[in-house]
Amino acid sequence: MNEIVSIDRRKFIIGAATVGSGLAIGFSLPEGGPTVVRANDGSPELNAWVVIRPDDTVVIRMARSEMGQGTITGLAQLVVEELECDWSKITTEYPTPGQSLARNRVWKDFSTGGSRGIRTSHEYVRQGGAAARMMLVQAAANQWSVPVSECTVAKGVITHTSSGRTLRFGQVAEAAAKLEQPKEIPLKDPKDWKVIGQPIKRIDTLEKVTGKQVYGTDLKLPGMLNAAIRESPVFGGKVKSFDASKATGMKGVRKVVQVGDSAVAVVADTWWQAKSALDEVKIDFDDGGNAKVSSASIAKMLEEGLSADQAFVGNDNGDAKAALAGAAKKVEATYFYPFQNHAPMEPMNATARYTADKCEVWVPTQDGEASLAAVISASGLTAAQCDVHKINLGGGFGRRGAFQDYVVQAVQIAKQMPGTPIKLIWTREEDMRQGRFHPIMSCKLVGGFDANNNLTALHMRLSGQSILAAVRPAIVQQNKGMDPLVFQGLARGGEHGFGYTIPNLLIDHAMRNTHVPPGFWRGVNINQNCIFIECFMDELAQSVGQDELEFRRKLLDKHPKNLAVLNAVAEKIGWGKPPPQGRFYGLAHMKAFAAYVAAAAEISVSADGKKVKVHRIIAATDPIYAVNPAQIDRQVAGSFVYGLSALFQQACTVKDGCIVEENFDTYDSMRIAQMPKVESIIMPSGGSDPWGGVGEPTICVAAPAVINAYFKATGKRLRSVPLKDLDVSMV
Amino acid sequence: MAKLTINGRVHDLDVDPQTPLLWAIREQAGLTGTKYGCGIAQCGACTVHMGGEAVRSCTVFVEDAVGKEITTIEGLAQGATLTKVQQAWVDHDVPQCGYCQAGMIMAVSALLKAKPKPTDADIDEAITNICRCGTFQQVREAIHAAAKA
Ligand code: FES
Ligand code: FES
Repeated sequence: MNEIVSIDRRKFIIGAATVGSGLAIGFSLPEGGPTVVRANDGSPELNAWVVIRPDDTVVIRMARSEMGQGTITGLAQLVVEELECDWSKITTEYPTPGQSLARNRVWKDFSTGGSRGIRTSHEYVRQGGAAARMMLVQAAANQWSVPVSECTVAKGVITHTSSGRTLRFGQVAEAAAKLEQPKEIPLKDPKDWKVIGQPIKRIDTLEKVTGKQVYGTDLKLPGMLNAAIRESPVFGGKVKSFDASKATGMKGVRKVVQVGDSAVAVVADTWWQAKSALDEVKIDFDDGGNAKVSSASIAKMLEEGLSADQAFVGNDNGDAKAALAGAAKKVEATYFYPFQNHAPMEPMNATARYTADKCEVWVPTQDGEASLAAVISASGLTAAQCDVHKINLGGGFGRRGAFQDYVVQAVQIAKQMPGTPIKLIWTREEDMRQGRFHPIMSCKLVGGFDANNNLTALHMRLSGQSILAAVRPAIVQQNKGMDPLVFQGLARGGEHGFGYTIPNLLIDHAMRNTHVPPGFWRGVNINQNCIFIECFMDELAQSVGQDELEFRRKLLDKHPKNLAVLNAVAEKIGWGKPPPQGRFYGLAHMKAFAAYVAAAAEISVSADGKKVKVHRIIAATDPIYAVNPAQIDRQVAGSFVYGLSALFQQACTVKDGCIVEENFDTYDSMRIAQMPKVESIIMPSGGSDPWGGVGEPTICVAAPAVINAYFKATGKRLRSVPLKDLDVSMV
Repeated sequence: MAKLTINGRVHDLDVDPQTPLLWAIREQAGLTGTKYGCGIAQCGACTVHMGGEAVRSCTVFVEDAVGKEITTIEGLAQGATLTKVQQAWVDHDVPQCGYCQAGMIMAVSALLKAKPKPTDADIDEAITNICRCGTFQQVREAIHAAAKA
């Protein structure tokens, strides 16, 4: 390897000695040879992704995070496919973002969100595996003085075919590491894949069933203290003053500190002591003028937006307004979607150690580089003085990527106790109050038909919160004030493209932002958009007495992949044939995150319409390529738990400027008794389309499929989430 | 001070008797497999066995656990030998993020002790743990597999 890496070796050695990161890299110049980059146990690195130990263990290094989706297992499959090593001999490590930065971002993007973990890294990760294999085979060929073309490789063993000689990866790794990186790295034709596409078991299960996996909340560092925190419950509020006189005398309490200008934390020997003492701190918050905001005041603002003159156009063709004015028949409906919290099982947490010349943080994060940026700015130190040790997440769902507020807090506390590692854990209540919430949105839809009952026009007016305006204002600025992400699933083509062809179309957004901070919540804007469009499609079809599937098919004829997933679920559930006695079907579909998804739900409803049993959901997904069908199957079923909990049970409401729901007693989540049978159809269409995502797209189709089935059962159209507020619950 | 018997070992813990058992297990006994999820007996992430029964340890005071046999997730496997439930969890590739799974496994282990061949209805009634990743489909399969094993 000729790459000259200038890096402070000491930094990596310190990294090696710390808990939470298994990875450490050292560099050495073997006598006379070119630079070989080495792991701290001395094993040579073939490239950033692959280290091979003398015992043939292959260490695969991944920048993306494991938060439950099986991303790391899938990425390992991609590397192993090209590397041709033995699956049973692999182990994985996270590089730290600081290490990546010091090597010119060799591991590229750390962000694990937007269902991008695999789909946007598959190429360079496979190339990492392929390049390493090429170097290993070359090294073996060199040793035998034979051409590479006479060698084959399988399961980590290189064979010289004619003589039958073999060498293991571990035996040639040293020599291979000294070779030039190949310039051309051809990848396998997908039809030759042996590891990609297989339903391989996850590689991280044993630790999880024995209680051995260390989550952020479980971290133990020498001399560590624990912190509990309370931030102004009114967003934007500040600490005016606080009285810690009672708390400071309590057992185990070391310090009560203000954190930034909006929070107070107690640091104690144990977290329970810190939390108990925090309950005794009297904090006087200045509400910053937002204490008058309520769900009702927000609803009023959204309602006004539904008919406002000014709106950003996300998708249009023809002249929808004129066509609607001249339509023979018009159909109109208004839908609503509330704020929701991610509520991952593991509450937000981070552990920080600060000294005048170094700051390190251990954190379950979806984006190590975003965490590092937060550490740098909160500590006031330089990038080279900071690093982040990633820990596997107890759920993320979008809360732990772009938002690093808990990291900032941990550093701010640690700065007030230099040298002492501080583990900050939020209570569930803090986690519920200080979310980055699913945006609130209303939608008014108007459809127009000609005299022959052909749909000629559709106007969808969205009114509600923009995530990007709060989180990525630069993108909104570039788009002249518009948030393009609002139109996920409704956009003009692209990975979130609208599938229906309607001669006169207008989809626009009246941006109505609130003081409640919005965030990327699994699926992001497809959750509400899929309900809006797919429920209204049923309304339109029913208004002209047409079959809901046939109606869609006509409008989807230019989008065969949309049609294919819809047809797949319709066929499997037996759409068109009468359902079993007392059962009702509903359909929905969407394109999102470059994947095509559809669902057919089968439900029954109690006579009074108040209790819904979702018996089964058939779900089709076309992610273009399917790396691990067993894990995709789990993502589909799991996303329905998340999506149906949201549909039936979850809303974060606002009173006096604060979030009302503070724990799972008022913010319920589905239990096993309510779980439908999920039958997934994984139908990768392959070809040259960009790879689609898996973790998020399917979440959005469960809710509209169930709502559509509910109408079939009762004749009643549900247009507002959560259904519990309409006195409809899931049993 | 409190004497707690956890996984067959007596721990002399320097802990306020009004501390929730969950936090004594995690912070004083140092066994972090048992998780905090809600603190109000809603989610089940903190489930342990006390006197052979599944309890949500976030709402049990240390003083009420004194003298009782407490088992946590760390006390299930004997060395490298997993229990039937843990093995079924591995075979069915149940966990996603895994954070709820210790509590889930403890709740299921108690159910199978009381009802070695649970029906789906028994499972629905007894297993009320929250899993935000949504592993329920695999959890149900694995429970039936463990019952058959
Ligand atoms: S932490 Fe005990 S039930 Fe949730
Ligand atoms: S596996 Fe993540 S919460 Fe259950």
